[in-house]
Amino acid sequence: MNDTARTIASDGFVIEPEDRRAIEHERDHYEQPQAACIEALKIVQRRHGWVPDAAIPAIAEVLGVGPADVEGVATFYSLIFRQPVGRHVILVCDSSSCFLNDYEELRDALSAELGIGFGQTTADGRFTLLPVCCLGACDRGPALMIDDCTYGPVAPGDVADLLEGFA
Amino acid sequence: MSVTRYHSQLRQSAAERRAETHPLTWRLRDDGARIGLDEYVDKDGYAAVREVLNRQSPDDVIATMKEANVRGRGGAGFSAGMKWSLTMKGPGIPRGYLVCNADEMEPGTFKDRLLLEQQPHLLIEGMILGAYANHSRYGYIFLRGEYVEAARAVQQALDEARGAGWLGDDIAGSGFDFDIALHTGAGRYICGEETALISSLEGKRANPRAKPPFPGQSGAWGKPTVVNNVETFCNAPAVMAHGAKWYQDLSGELSNDGGTKLFGVSGKVERTGLWELPIGTPGRELLERAGGLRDGKALKTWLPGGGSTGFLLPEHLDSALDFDTIGKLGSRLGTGLLTVVNEDQSVLSLVRNLEQFFARESCGWCTPCRDGLPWTVKLLQALERGEGERGDVELLDKLADDLGPGKTFCAHAPGAAMPLASALQYFRDEFERGVTHPPRTAHADPIPVGQI
Repeated sequence: MNDTARTIASDGFVIEPEDRRAIEHERDHYEQPQAACIEALKIVQRRHGWVPDAAIPAIAEVLGVGPADVEGVATFYSLIFRQPVGRHVILVCDSSSCFLNDYEELRDALSAELGIGFGQTTADGRFTLLPVCCLGACDRGPALMIDDCTYGPVAPGDVADLLEGFA
Repeated sequence: MSVTRYHSQLRQSAAERRAETHPLTWRLRDDGARIGLDEYVDKDGYAAVREVLNRQSPDDVIATMKEANVRGRGGAGFSAGMKWSLTMKGPGIPRGYLVCNADEMEPGTFKDRLLLEQQPHLLIEGMILGAYANHSRYGYIFLRGEYVEAARAVQQALDEARGAGWLGDDIAGSGFDFDIALHTGAGRYICGEETALISSLEGKRANPRAKPPFPGQSGAWGKPTVVNNVETFCNAPAVMAHGAKWYQDLSGELSNDGGTKLFGVSGKVERTGLWELPIGTPGRELLERAGGLRDGKALKTWLPGGGSTGFLLPEHLDSALDFDTIGKLGSRLGTGLLTVVNEDQSVLSLVRNLEQFFARESCGWCTPCRDGLPWTVKLLQALERGEGERGDVELLDKLADDLGPGKTFCAHAPGAAMPLASALQYFRDEFERGVTHPPRTAHADPIPVGQI
């Protein structure tokens, strides 16, 4: 067990000073530091695109909690990525209203355009494709998010044009 | 580019909305821009806070909220005033937390987004009133991570409110202190469950907790904690400004519940959208406002308030959309946003889609939910392919029952069971058409393996 701990530590993952300050700032919003765990993971993810294993003990150290507590959280939430993702993440709403508005055709058009399925990243590292819970855009379904923006309705024929805007 | 960015939009113009009849939306602008602090205050904003904190007691607020019968707009319909009356407070009891559930993820629901993006000050004002009534020291707005624009709007509004003295020490010279932080999530529908939300707020996996103790007794970090939905808090300022009788009268003869409701329609209708209407407005009026079904199709069935509510039939369209009436029909009002299914669409496929959602979003904490939902999906997929075996439909009946209320740790599985059970009741032939094999020949191993 101690060997494992040393191995992880020796990966030398460094939390940037700016990120450390951001995490410490979040920590002060709560009665206990563990509460800032999700935000800390998001801060690390914003910088690196995803959360590598070696980031877990580093975050735990900043918060003063156990690495297992951070790991348990990091593997629970769907928007914390534990493998590298593309430069842009496409979240496709697969819930009922979009389903009734032919979401499956949109999903298939995305897959065909990108040559990947859900959970995969294009070979050029440009896009990762993921399903997501109801995006709350049901009046304009089928909907999807690319990075921080929600779009809808997106017809299968719109896919090529839409993706073109993302380098 | 032909694809447009999504913006929340109300279908009623400013000319149609008045302070006396549309307490949630009368301030909203037709261009959909956020109502900033100055505009909010110009339109009587924070007047209820100033009045109540200086002239009324916390118990007065609770009494008015109870009398107005503001029922929880997150879907459960529990009286907010009643909930607030059960919060532990008094000598020796620490001041606790007030949490706004802004984790809107119920399939088919897009109402809180409007309030968060366009009128966050109304939510903040409602939370201050809630904090005063519940003796809360600190508030959190638990916002789903995908609502990026709402996060910007809420954070701006919090900064504005703090700068103007509506948050912090000695609010409006009343001696009452309270502040709010924005907490954004990282996915997972289960975070919307009240006790799972508290677990998530504490930075843990979003597993629900046993009740009792109820959050009002022991919630976040063991302190009394009140959790209400966005729309619920947004009702409080007008209730306190105009009184319980005015609020009750908003719904008039339509319903015993008070006030208005943000109703909506999605699916293949002519004009999807959101409307603020008296609670108890019948589904037919909503469908008419939505211009009826697209392409002249007939209505087959509808969900009254999200993916965890039971299917209703066209004959139920004249019933009042309120908690008790829809409950008596065997469904739930839920979030009050209708999902419309036309005559060409398969209920079996829609139920399969819903159960896939619930299976994926189960936190895995208790067995019926963790194992029963993937099993349900597997059976539904077999029926959809026309490869079901005799006994499958009855097995789905049993699963719907075993996932029902009281048999699981939280309301997630019962929420999944309700559309399943009602679909089996109303559209049984669609399920039975998928049965083509004798027992134990098509899919001998009923235990789900791997990805669903």
